[in-house]
Amino acid sequence: MREITYAEAIREALCEEMRADSRVFLLGEDIGIYGGAFGVTKGMVQEFGEERVRDTPLSEHAITGAAAGAAMTGMRPVVEIMFSDFLTIALEQLANQAAKAHYQFGGQVSVPMVLRTAGGSGTGAAEQHSQSLEAWVCHVPGLKVVIPSTPYDAKGLLKSSIKDPNPVVFIEQKLLYRQKGPVPDPGQEYDIPLGVADVKRAGTDITIVTYGRMVPRCLEAAGKLAADGIDAEVIDIRTLVPLDKPCIIESVKKTGRAMIVHEACRTAGFGAEIAAVIADSEAFFHLDAPIRRVAGLDVPIPYNPQLEASVVPTVEKILAAAKDLLR
Amino acid sequence: MKRFDVSSVSKELKIKMYMRMQQIRMFETRTIEHAKQKLIRGPLHLYIGEEANAVGACAALEKGDYVTSTHRGHGHCIAMGGDLKKMFAEICGRTTGYCKGKGGSMHIADLDLGIIGANGIVGAGMPIAVGAAIAMDNQSRKNVILCFFGDGASNTGSFHEALNMASIWKLPIVFYCENNHYAISTSSSDSLNIHDISIRALSYGIPGKTIDGNDALEVYLTTREARQRAVNGEGPTLIEAKTYRTIGHWIGDPVRYRTGSEEEEWRAKCPIRRLRDYLLGTKEATEAEIAHIDTEVKAEIDEAERFARESSDPTPDEALSDIYA
Repeated sequence: MREITYAEAIREALCEEMRADSRVFLLGEDIGIYGGAFGVTKGMVQEFGEERVRDTPLSEHAITGAAAGAAMTGMRPVVEIMFSDFLTIALEQLANQAAKAHYQFGGQVSVPMVLRTAGGSGTGAAEQHSQSLEAWVCHVPGLKVVIPSTPYDAKGLLKSSIKDPNPVVFIEQKLLYRQKGPVPDPGQEYDIPLGVADVKRAGTDITIVTYGRMVPRCLEAAGKLAADGIDAEVIDIRTLVPLDKPCIIESVKKTGRAMIVHEACRTAGFGAEIAAVIADSEAFFHLDAPIRRVAGLDVPIPYNPQLEASVVPTVEKILAAAKDLLR
Repeated sequence: MKRFDVSSVSKELKIKMYMRMQQIRMFETRTIEHAKQKLIRGPLHLYIGEEANAVGACAALEKGDYVTSTHRGHGHCIAMGGDLKKMFAEICGRTTGYCKGKGGSMHIADLDLGIIGANGIVGAGMPIAVGAAIAMDNQSRKNVILCFFGDGASNTGSFHEALNMASIWKLPIVFYCENNHYAISTSSSDSLNIHDISIRALSYGIPGKTIDGNDALEVYLTTREARQRAVNGEGPTLIEAKTYRTIGHWIGDPVRYRTGSEEEEWRAKCPIRRLRDYLLGTKEATEAEIAHIDTEVKAEIDEAERFARESSDPTPDEALSDIYA
């Protein structure tokens, strides 16, 4: 299979859906000639024109609301919010309008929109351009939340998100944009439904539940554990809402040990939800050790590269926590 | 003396506007009785005194146009021909209501009539109107969005972001500001450093006009002109209509922030009485015809009320439906 980057995979998903469905259009800052802050929409305005690749003013609130309005009236907008930190500006329209319209109007309308945004640290962009705010949006019923970790998943999940009749927050990972991976040729359709986790590495000794850019780190850690004779299972949940609970629970029942890894701050992070899902289930009776979280520290993301790297989970920290659980 | 030409407005339309305003007034007056008997819970934001705005502006719309409404939205829904029974039932939280009893007074929508929804967040309908207008633009439809909001909303970021976006893309939107002079208790004279909100249109290079929001005919003609401009591809217009809610912000509001004489002054400008007197004055309607309309509207409200009373409440499991499409 050919290999393309995570950014290219996302672009392919967008282009294929726009060619297939005239209702799909893009809305965002600098997505036209500039090609988006991370180059995802490069070349798209040339193919689809300025009406379908709409460069907007700096108005995250109104961009998000406009997507909701267009979605409610028959379109399938895909919004790009440059950095996930700017979700804070878009949140009113996302949480109060897009997420609730279907429910509060008694099912009369649906809001088939996707909000794409880039999350995570590691670029030296400091406190206001490096956050992982996925827990904020997971807390609002009515939204779906997706965070892909590979080009293959990114393309398949984005296509599913665009076709979904609900508002989907699609959080891309800045540090994965240039990562390459196998993706079927254009035209070779494949389906990744929302709400289905992927076991990225099967194992029997410990379950590592993770998502996004922590997936490659967990796989690297799993490789090192294997050298020590420890067989780790790595589950990439891929969609946080809806969450594939059976996949996690079955795995923990099998391994008896559960560890959750994410870049976002530990306190009230999504890992707490996953831990609760395990603790609330029959998997609890199979646990041989406490459920462990390896997460970002409860600090803003600092600028200095050493400081920045020190506040998010590293392969070493993941490895140390796993070994501790297996003592 | 009239500042505009009403000769293009048919008698039938004027009479229909009178009827719609009476529907709003009588509907809301009836909901007050229900609220006092605790048959309605939650806040009711009444439109009494502002009827000419919804009715005059919506009368200027054509099939396929959309309306975005506000927290004070009963009038907009009725003006668009909303089903009074489903409205009353919704306000009472019944399964037969517009939103199966899950939205209530602040969240009534009727997509078939073009009402994209009332809204509990002040100003929030404005970006949604921009999106609906983008949809029309991309679909090359010759329709418009009538976007209602108030003086309070004109101070939100939603207002400024929406007007800017609509103006740069020349979107087909009529921004209709119902300036009822109060954001809950805060007088617009304390929250705005300008007298007329319409001058904010200057910032976006679009026309802005201040009108008498208690004159249904002036509202109608102004909106019709703005609609035509939008359909012609010339972009949005900001209309500011000066008006007044003669009841408080909500039914339980003790209204300590304004004087009785101010309220009396505005009650004297009642938009319904005004159109009735006009119709009688021009002999386009007789006292008997007006009385007949009033009787018919009252019967409709009776029926809507009865429908709501006789409808059932949702069962608890219905809280779990419609979260996702």
